[in-house]
Formats: sequence, C-alpha cells, structure tokens
Amino acid sequence: MRDRTLSVQEFQAPDSPILIAASLCVALLLNWLPWQGIWLEFRPDFLALVLLYWCTHKPLQVGIGIAWMLGILADVVDASFIGQHAMAYSVLAFCGILLHRRLLMFNLLQQTLQIFPLLLLAYAVYAVVHWLLRGNIVWEYFLGCILTALLWAPMSMLVRTLRRSRSVSDRL
Amino acid sequence: MEQNQPLRFFHRGPSPAIRLGLFVVLSLILLLVDVKYQYLETARSGLTFLVYPLQRLVTVPSALWHGVGDYFITHDQLVRDNAELRRLNIQAASKLQQFAVLKSENQHLRNLLSVQQRADYSMQLAEILYAARDIFNRKVFLDKGTQENVEAGQIVMDESGIVGQVTRVYPWMSEVTLITDKDHSVPVQVLRNGLRSVVFGTGDTSRLTLRYMPPSSDIQNGDVLVTSGIDGIYPDGLPVARVIHVERDPAYPFARILCSPIAGVDQRRQLMILSTIQKFKGPDGAEEEIAGSPSNSRQAGGR
Repeated sequence: MRDRTLSVQEFQAPDSPILIAASLCVALLLNWLPWQGIWLEFRPDFLALVLLYWCTHKPLQVGIGIAWMLGILADVVDASFIGQHAMAYSVLAFCGILLHRRLLMFNLLQQTLQIFPLLLLAYAVYAVVHWLLRGNIVWEYFLGCILTALLWAPMSMLVRTLRRSRSVSDRL
Repeated sequence: MEQNQPLRFFHRGPSPAIRLGLFVVLSLILLLVDVKYQYLETARSGLTFLVYPLQRLVTVPSALWHGVGDYFITHDQLVRDNAELRRLNIQAASKLQQFAVLKSENQHLRNLLSVQQRADYSMQLAEILYAARDIFNRKVFLDKGTQENVEAGQIVMDESGIVGQVTRVYPWMSEVTLITDKDHSVPVQVLRNGLRSVVFGTGDTSRLTLRYMPPSSDIQNGDVLVTSGIDGIYPDGLPVARVIHVERDPAYPFARILCSPIAGVDQRRQLMILSTIQKFKGPDGAEEEIAGSPSNSRQAGGR
C-alpha cells in the first residue's frame, strides 16, 4: 500500500465518514432550497447525484440501506408518499453498485453518458409510483434528470478535490 | 483489489440484489400503508420535527434576499404605496359600512324565514415557509401549526380567493394542499345563476376543471365560481375560480370547462387561515358551536 501512488491509495482506502456524511448533508440541503416556478421543473436532484457518486466510488461504505434512509427523509420533507423517494434511491444505489467497476474506467464525459440512464431509471421509478397511486404524470419532471446528469462532471471534480486535499493533509 | 473485492462482499452480508429486493419490498409496504391508512402520520410528524431546524436554515437565503429587497425600497415607492393603501382603505371602509347594514338586514330576513344562519369565521395570518419541491405535489407549508391552534381541514385563502386546505399539521408548521392539486375538489356555484357544481384541480397551477357538466348547462366564459358551502367545510360565498374556456362537443356526454383560480395560488407569501365555526340551531333553539373536526375534513378534503 505504502509504495503505491496517491491516486491508488485514494482509490482503495475507505473515505472518512465525515466527508461522506457532510457531502450527503449538503446535497440534501441543496434539494431543500425553496425552488419555485420554472426552477422547480429544472430542479436537479443533488441527493441522487451525490448518492450515485458514493455508490460508484465507495460501494462498501455507501449502499442501498443508506440510500433508502435518505429517501425516507426526502419523502417526509417533500410531502410525497412515504417510500416513494426511498424506492427510487434504492434502485439508483443498486444500479450504481452494479456498474461501479465499469464506470471508473471512463473519463467524466463518458461517465455522464453512463449515469444518465441510471438517473432516468430512478426518475421513472418515482414517476411510475406516483402514476399508480394518483394517476397522473408530469412530464416536465424528467427535465430535471437531464440537468442532474450534466452536473455529474462538476460534482465529481469537486468531491475528488475535497478527497485529495484530505489525503494529502493526512500524509503531512 | 479486483480479486479480493468479491470476497469482501461475502463478508459484508447479503448481495446487492437481495438487499435491493428487501428495501423495495419495505418501500412498497410503507407506500401501501401510507396510502390506505393513517398509521404513518405520527412517524412523519416525528421526522418532520427532527428536520425542522435544517428546513428553517435552508429558507434563510431567500428570507435574506427578501429582507435586503425590503431594506433598499425607495422613499418614493413607500409614499406611493402609502397613498394607494390609504385610498383602498377609504373605499373598503365605506363598503364595510354598507356590508354591516346588509349583514344585519340579511340576518333579520333569514330569521323571519327561519333559514339556517350563515357561518361566521375568524382569520389567522400565516406566512409561506416554502412550497413543496416535488413537482407532482401542489403543496405549500405555512409557519403556523398546532402551537397556534391550526387544525387539519381548515381553509386557506388570500385576499382575493380560496388557495387551498390544510391537510397535515405539525407543531410549528402546517401543510396546505392547493386547490390546483390533482383531483382536489371544491364544491362551487356559479355566481351569475346559482348553478351548483364541483371544481377539480388538474395538477397545473393555473388550471381547474368543472367535470360532469352537461353540454347544455348555462355556463359562459368569464363566469365567477364561488364556494357553495354545501359540504360544511368551505364557508359559502368565497371566490374560487373564473371560467376561461368552454367547449361543448355533443359527441361527449359532458362539456369541457376550464377555469383559472382567482387567488394567486402560486404568488403570495402571506395567506389567511380561516377558522370555520358553524352554528347549528339545536332542537331547543340554543346555538351549538361545532368546529370542523379533522376526521370530517379528512373524508371531505380532496385527498
């Protein structure tokens, strides 16, 4: 381990739970900002994005259980049916874990193309549950999915910088 | 790394597929329980209690933004606003005097005819904390809850018309389902001719529909719909919507009628919560006060 490069160590070592928890918390708060009107239609799902990041990069630390619990929190705050977000996020986390080895071999642009179907699936799960229970679908909802996928690259770079600065300070 | 990863997986409990199955089933059970029964309301309100500080924290930026906007308001504009408000106040005061006379006259006439008295209601001012960020749900959250005696089933309106109905109450806030929420229903009558109907939300913030009206029914563009008060939840005579489009196609059994809500369902920050207190004449002539109880309103509320 010691003689490997920084990036490999960064790749293998478990990340600090504080960083993971903090990033998920920030994502949750971003989701809870008062989005309104036209912005509501384009609202990216930050929580899904960060969740997917950790599920693909640290599948042993963040898994389906954590995704489910965050989903329940999202359900309570958004006044949706309890279990609606939870189910969508569980499916997303599962797909992320399935794909995690393949995804890390690509660059950020290719990764964006890879994660877009996953996000679309999670959005579809949410919409289908709503459709089964209430009988209507708002198609504008899927616009948010595109924006979420586009935010993958900036978000990945940001989190990677945070992780790297942490491991550098550990060495010193 | 590549070789020992599967081994680690085995030490870590069940495989992802089994976990996914478990959590999906758990979600499905919760969904069914949430839709069919009311058992999860306590859990929901407990969790809301936990996340309430965070939610307030998140509304700080927009509150600051509004605060800064208020601070930099110009003297000119204040003077103009003041003059306008004074003018409106004088107008309203003169109308109010007429209203008082008419009200007593109406009461007198109703007494003579021994018709049930109109409901009286008091108002409570509340501010919108935030709108639900779920595009499927047309809901807003107000900053008054059980601490200020808000109850589920109460009506929420702004100065021009009905906005919605309180559907859930938490200690410091309450959830209002807007009349534009999908399938939310309000019993109304046409102001012009007293025709009764029920207006339904469509899920779009600027549209309501009148369903089940025959093509021959007397409804025109521009008709104002007010609450009929028949359900005992909505007090009568409050403006709800204006008809904007009528399509009579004899091929269909019902006319297609679109309305737009009169209240600024999406734009206001301050709203009023009505406490409806219905007065029923008891058998011995004494007046009993019955407040709209949550169990009644849950059935009648458009969920």
